[in-house]
Amino acid sequence: MSKVIIIDDEHLARSIVKEYLQKHPQLELVAECGDGFEGVKAIQQHQPDLIFLDIQMPKINGFEMLELIEQPPAVIFTTAFDEYAIKAFESHAIDYLLKPFNQERFDKAIARWADQKAKPAEANTQDLLETAAQSPSQSSRIVVKNGSKIKIIPAHDIFYLEAADDYVKIHTAEGYFLKNKTMNHFEQSLDGQQFVRSHRSYIVNVQQITRIDPYEKDNHVAILRTGAKVPVSRGGFGKLKAVLGL
Amino acid sequence: MQASPLSTRRFLIIFSIAWLSLMTDHAVLLYQFDMVWQAAILDSLISNSLLLLTCLLVLNTIRYYVPTVNQYVNVLIMCFVLTILWFLLSKWLLRITLDDYENYSYFLKRSLFIRASIGFLVLGIVTTTGIMWFNWQEQQKNEQRKADAEKLAKEAELFKLRQQLQPHFLFNSLNSINALIGIRPEEARKMVQQLSDFLRGTIKKEETQWVTLQEEMQYLQLYLEIEQVRFGNRLATAIKNDDTSLQMKLPALLLQPIVENAIKFGLYDTIGQTVIEIETSVLHNELVIKVCNPYDPETSSPKQGTGFGLKSVQRRLYLLFARNDLLATETKDNTFTTIVKIPQVQPI
Repeated sequence: MSKVIIIDDEHLARSIVKEYLQKHPQLELVAECGDGFEGVKAIQQHQPDLIFLDIQMPKINGFEMLELIEQPPAVIFTTAFDEYAIKAFESHAIDYLLKPFNQERFDKAIARWADQKAKPAEANTQDLLETAAQSPSQSSRIVVKNGSKIKIIPAHDIFYLEAADDYVKIHTAEGYFLKNKTMNHFEQSLDGQQFVRSHRSYIVNVQQITRIDPYEKDNHVAILRTGAKVPVSRGGFGKLKAVLGL
Repeated sequence: MQASPLSTRRFLIIFSIAWLSLMTDHAVLLYQFDMVWQAAILDSLISNSLLLLTCLLVLNTIRYYVPTVNQYVNVLIMCFVLTILWFLLSKWLLRITLDDYENYSYFLKRSLFIRASIGFLVLGIVTTTGIMWFNWQEQQKNEQRKADAEKLAKEAELFKLRQQLQPHFLFNSLNSINALIGIRPEEARKMVQQLSDFLRGTIKKEETQWVTLQEEMQYLQLYLEIEQVRFGNRLATAIKNDDTSLQMKLPALLLQPIVENAIKFGLYDTIGQTVIEIETSVLHNELVIKVCNPYDPETSSPKQGTGFGLKSVQRRLYLLFARNDLLATETKDNTFTTIVKIPQVQPI
């Protein structure tokens, strides 16, 4: 018996998946969720083997929801029309169902998932999320989990990002939030005209900078409006100058 | 502004060679007419350098101000006047620098007419070439602009077609119908009908057409009913139409994108029930339509607030009325309001 969760904000979209699932008695539907917040909770609670996930949902989209889960289960994406998502699926060979889909196509996706269970392709999902994070709608914000709460940080609220071991500290007016991602990830996904990798371990929001002072030999330090100091390496100084048009 | 022909390397080389040969010819000619070679070279150098300056002056003038066909007489006059100025200046300069040479003043006097003629000729040739060059440049630019405009128009048309189809809405509706067929076939049938009527309305109407608010509201109702099937209890609408406003007119298909924007914004930015309010009234003989949706000020970026789908509405209003103040948005507490004003003047 494998556990399944359906996450979609349209109730009829959930019910069609439910209907098609009846043909697969080995799959037990343990939860139905109408948004990503419920999804995160249900996944933690039930530890499903497979989820059906819509992309466009209230507050956080399907990709952002997956980012919040430490070990995401196998996913079959269901979407109606999202050019960006479809491109991401295709480039990472992840199965997805285009709405409306029929029982036959659904069964095929289940069969493919059953085949892959033997050889888990977790790396694929991670790569997919990296690609999806570069979409215009996602690059304007970061979704983090703060304890049991989910927090959406608009990009313009971010002061700077700082590497901290396996995590990245996202500094905002409300203190910092941690996200289990790499600096490279954020350098790629955030808007390069606003966020500059000023240092190996720092990405700074240029709109927050009030001035840049020399610091020791060859180095600089950026002073933010809040008074925070962000190190700027020699290479980072060049990048900052290019973005600020100096 | 156009680039001068002299900024092209090929032209610069040809121009320099022509000038060098003109100078050499001039000097050799004077030498053959028994002038001392120093005097011949100096004479050539002075008069031709001055002529060069005059030519550059002409080129620079027509660079900023390319003459049209009926201004060619002016160009001729300009050349003539400049030739006289050049002529007087060079005569004076030659006289004070070369007077020491024997027989020079006599020679100068006899050669004045031919000097003036050659100067006029050279200046004329340079001016004509310059005008041709700048005209050619202008033509190239026009062609480029035309090609760009055509490309833009094509892209806009494609975008419009895609907008009209609204693939996201269409496929999701079809998916809902697919689900309803299994559980409530009667409703599925009804939704097929609604969707068809809605699509027919989209295809049938021309964007240039004006309709009464009543017609537009009926069309909108179809759209809202379909969305309500999709989103169920999550979506509710509150519509208030002032009686006089229903008879007012507005450009067809203008309202739907605004409501669509409100629904998307409201549904995807909040959790729980979303109430979309639509209120229409008349103020100063203008039809005023207010559409409100809830939003979360903490998570929506200001960019999203105005950018969602309202840009094309704003553009359309501008094209119709040449006014940019007809579409406004307001955020208050947790409500996002879009206000459109439609002047009751139909362009004929």
